[in-house]
Amino acid sequence: MSEATPATVAIGAKPMGRAWLWWGALLLLALVLPWMFYDWTTGRHSGFMISMLSQAGMMVIFALSYNMLMGQAGLLSFCHAVFFGMGGYTVIHLLSSIGAGDIGIPMEVVPLFGGLAGLGMAIVFGYMATKQRATAFAMITMGIGELLATASVMFHHFFGGEGGITTDRMIDRSLFGLTYAQGIQVYYLIIGWTVISVVGMYFLTQTPLGRMANACRDNFERAQFVGYDPKIVRFVQFALSGLFAGIGGGLYAITYEIVTFDAMAGPLSANALLMAYIGGTTVFAGPILGAVLITVLQSGVSLLSNSWLVYVGVLFITMVTFVPTGLAGIVMAHGPIHKAGQLGRLTVPYLRLLVPGVALLLGFIGLVELLSFLTIGAAQGKKLSLFGAPIDVNAFQPWAIVAVCVLGGAGWLRIESKAFNRVWEQVTADVKARELLR
Amino acid sequence: MTAVSLRDVRKSFGPTEIIRGVNLEIQSGERHALIGPNGAGKTTLFNLISGRFPITSGEIALNDRRIDALPPHKINRMGLSRSFQITSIFHRLSVFENLRCALLWSQGYSYSFWSPLWRQKALNERAEFLLEDLNLTSRRDILAGLLSYAEQRALEVGMTIAGGASVILLDEPTAGMSHSETDYAMALIRRVTQGKTLLMVEHDMKVVFDLADTITVLVYGQVIASGPPEEVRASKAVREAYLGALEE
Ligand SMILES: Nc1ncnc2c1ncn2[C@@H]1O[C@H](COP(=O)(O)OP(=O)(O)O)[C@@H](O)[C@H]1O
Ligand SMILES: [Mg+2]
Repeated sequence: MSEATPATVAIGAKPMGRAWLWWGALLLLALVLPWMFYDWTTGRHSGFMISMLSQAGMMVIFALSYNMLMGQAGLLSFCHAVFFGMGGYTVIHLLSSIGAGDIGIPMEVVPLFGGLAGLGMAIVFGYMATKQRATAFAMITMGIGELLATASVMFHHFFGGEGGITTDRMIDRSLFGLTYAQGIQVYYLIIGWTVISVVGMYFLTQTPLGRMANACRDNFERAQFVGYDPKIVRFVQFALSGLFAGIGGGLYAITYEIVTFDAMAGPLSANALLMAYIGGTTVFAGPILGAVLITVLQSGVSLLSNSWLVYVGVLFITMVTFVPTGLAGIVMAHGPIHKAGQLGRLTVPYLRLLVPGVALLLGFIGLVELLSFLTIGAAQGKKLSLFGAPIDVNAFQPWAIVAVCVLGGAGWLRIESKAFNRVWEQVTADVKARELLR
Repeated sequence: MTAVSLRDVRKSFGPTEIIRGVNLEIQSGERHALIGPNGAGKTTLFNLISGRFPITSGEIALNDRRIDALPPHKINRMGLSRSFQITSIFHRLSVFENLRCALLWSQGYSYSFWSPLWRQKALNERAEFLLEDLNLTSRRDILAGLLSYAEQRALEVGMTIAGGASVILLDEPTAGMSHSETDYAMALIRRVTQGKTLLMVEHDMKVVFDLADTITVLVYGQVIASGPPEEVRASKAVREAYLGALEE
């Protein structure tokens, strides 16, 4: 798909207007969603849904905090999970202390301490990393990630080694008299902190620091000649992003009552990048989309398929190649067209994209699944079946169908996307012309 | 009073000395033009004064305070602001945001992450006022990277003077502009640099003789003449080295 019009308005350039409505709707959805999966006969929540939504909430914070670096400051970090994990470990230890009666902090405030731990770590490591920018910065963050991997072995007492550290969140201290015995209560705690964090991070984009982070991203040299030291801008931005990542990690610890090194390791840092990028780094809300999508893929698709990571990887590559502005970028590109009332002209072209697109997608999924059942599946003794009908992965026919879908779909999609691009360019040109006339 | 003074400033890139012992005094409130052939080292001299590059030897002072070991942002905070020959703006920020960013430090915001910009009335009014001054109000919310060349040049000048620096260095602000654009830009520059010290690199001799109180001619990294326009115009050395070539 083409990215014909770059968004003409930068991150947070305009104070929110009608956007409040969207945010309100999103929050409402987050609040009622668990109840749509509530089993009224047994009076139970869907455990799967609650844990997926909880995970999504903390990942939203995590991905947005990552984008404070990537999208807003132009910094590619490979150690963001360190601050998430540090928040997690800190909260685990804190919960244990509160549970033992050593200190009395209500549960609702506990995630903040995760944030403070993240902030502290980000101050220490940010001091090292933010002296540099671009590639050198990325390399240093890589080193920091490695450093922590080593540290986790050395400080066994704090990190708990292989098995990680566990706790019990039933600390019986709450501002609202809640026990947090049920997942739904934890979920609402997560939503609360997600709202605080999202508002906080949005607020930051509207401050001198936030704006200068954008400026340093665009042109760090010029920033110096208007009186700013880009190193300090990067440092403060980095530290604050660690604060929010730590809050996310704190919520993680409360949710799972266990933190292992996975919560601060490289793959999670890579996940932050995936979520932010796929969602869209140029729009404030982009990483929210990415976080939700990746979480759904992770929780939902991983139940259905061994190969969910393949799908995430391919999605990432596709986005980087074809849609560098991410999902939110696609949405934003339609804004002016919608305003001009021209969206209808894109309906048919989109439908025409959809057909070969779906063929290609299904073909690709088929291919991946066939391959995976040929190898891992066979080893696990699983059988591939579609709508209950077993499929023989050693037969010729399924492979042929899949090949036709992939090759045919890809070829057809190429043709259609060229046609689509022509329409898109026509429409955007018309919209621009109208704007000029006004 | 001397606003900027350079004493035997030298700069080498590797083995080649590009600035070869420049002495220069720019008085407060003066409009000073720096001219010379391409590659003479005019931009390099700007880079040295504004702290972009360290000098190899010599002394540079701003209002009698040494600045030659300071980083650019500190020099800027002391009241010296420069523009770039190759437009240097925040291309993914709106025109308005570009100007607001250029104002922030001088308005005392520092690295504040607690004051919401939308509440800073005085700051925002100043930015709007600048927009108007630059005739860019209609382009307010456009990404700076999408502006036309002449508009970007105007923004470049606007960002340079936004912070209210008392010493302004402009590097070929009108290069690449049409005649009418040049006239407009010069009127703008005259207006916004009122009462300030101005050091400007310019190739258009008409512009130079119109504007400048003092002209300095730089050739091969050395000052071959410096003085009032008539004096420089009459100088034999300058005619031979530079002006003569232009007039032919
Ligand atoms: N960063 C640099 N590294 C090496 N050589 C440079 C650098 N900057 C400028 N020069 C050289 O210095 C000389 C003067 O360049 P410049 O100051 O841009 O001239 P002017 O602005 O007078 O046209 C040129 O020969 C140029 O190649
Ligand atoms: Mg030059």
